[in-house]
Amino acid sequence: MPILPPPPERIDHLIEGMTLFDPGAESGLLVVLPHPDDESFSSGGTMALASDAGVRVTYLCGTYGDMGRRMGSPFFATRESMRDVRERELADACAVLGARYELLGMRDRMVEFEDPREVAERVRAAIERLAPSTVITFYPGHAVHPDHDAMGLATQLAVESLEGPKPQLLAVAVGDREQLRAKLGPQQVAVDIRSVRQRKLDALRAHRSQTELMFLRWEQQREEDEQTRAFREEMLTVERFYRLNGVPVRPPG
Amino acid sequence: MGPIDPVQVQAELDARHGLDLYVHLETTTGSYTALGPEKRPPVIAFIRNATVRYERALVTGEGPYRVGLKLDGGWVYAQGLTDFTVNERGELLLAGHDPEGNLRVALQLSQRPFRE
Ligand SMILES: [Zn+2]
Repeated sequence: MPILPPPPERIDHLIEGMTLFDPGAESGLLVVLPHPDDESFSSGGTMALASDAGVRVTYLCGTYGDMGRRMGSPFFATRESMRDVRERELADACAVLGARYELLGMRDRMVEFEDPREVAERVRAAIERLAPSTVITFYPGHAVHPDHDAMGLATQLAVESLEGPKPQLLAVAVGDREQLRAKLGPQQVAVDIRSVRQRKLDALRAHRSQTELMFLRWEQQREEDEQTRAFREEMLTVERFYRLNGVPVRPPG
Repeated sequence: MGPIDPVQVQAELDARHGLDLYVHLETTTGSYTALGPEKRPPVIAFIRNATVRYERALVTGEGPYRVGLKLDGGWVYAQGLTDFTVNERGELLLAGHDPEGNLRVALQLSQRPFRE
């Protein structure tokens, strides 16, 4: 087991006036992100809390993560078996989080080169079928990886195009916290995930091809610089989201 | 996957001589290098399911290895190859890995298209 500090006793100072999100008040949670593991890193705690509260939680995953590059030592994957390995990992992680998953089957890294309207159409079909009260995606343009940005944009387009009542659309931004705040302001919504800290860790660990080295470094405390410690502590304490409803769609480029 | 045996790899290349083949050629630093201590932008390139036929193919070097395919009117080249296998689909997979098991380069040949 990794050597982890106990969760902080108070998170007030971490959430700074953001609205605390109540997963139990939801009638359905749909998470739309491009890679197996994005769900656990960004919203694994929120998913576990919602599922525990009896809410149907679905992860709509854009790609197989088939361009992952960690093959293991000794090898547990090749370029050609990577997608099968990652789907098994995803199934395990979703079992830990109490979520179902569906795959859109796009090629890893190629999401930004698909027609966003076509991807949006497929996301919209899933939203109409599952009727979630909240949808979580990446914040387009603020999610580091081009697939993240593209999946966020498609999801934003999908929600925009819905006729009738729209679900709440929450967005995960990735990167340096201060830089994000300078550009986007503080996140509006926070989820206190301290009670499901171990579940999030277990889900992350299920994505072995992606997280094995990270856990090894944590356990050996080889990366105990301040930034890494802060990132880890934050990730296991609170999940923060921007509210994307009403934010204008910005096409890429 | 296991360490390249150049004799075996040469035999696999020879067995595919003159055939119409699908190729996957890739090199990658990983997507998140910009978040690392050196803040280098990622460098990634791949081509998947292009078709080739070669008139000459060689594995060279003493490890990591190089492979060159001389096509009718062009070349395919990969350097830094360390490991290989022929998988259950009969695909020849050559790859170069770093000591932590991360893929750095891949050159793969198949008579059927690789899964899209
Ligand atoms: Zn991702």
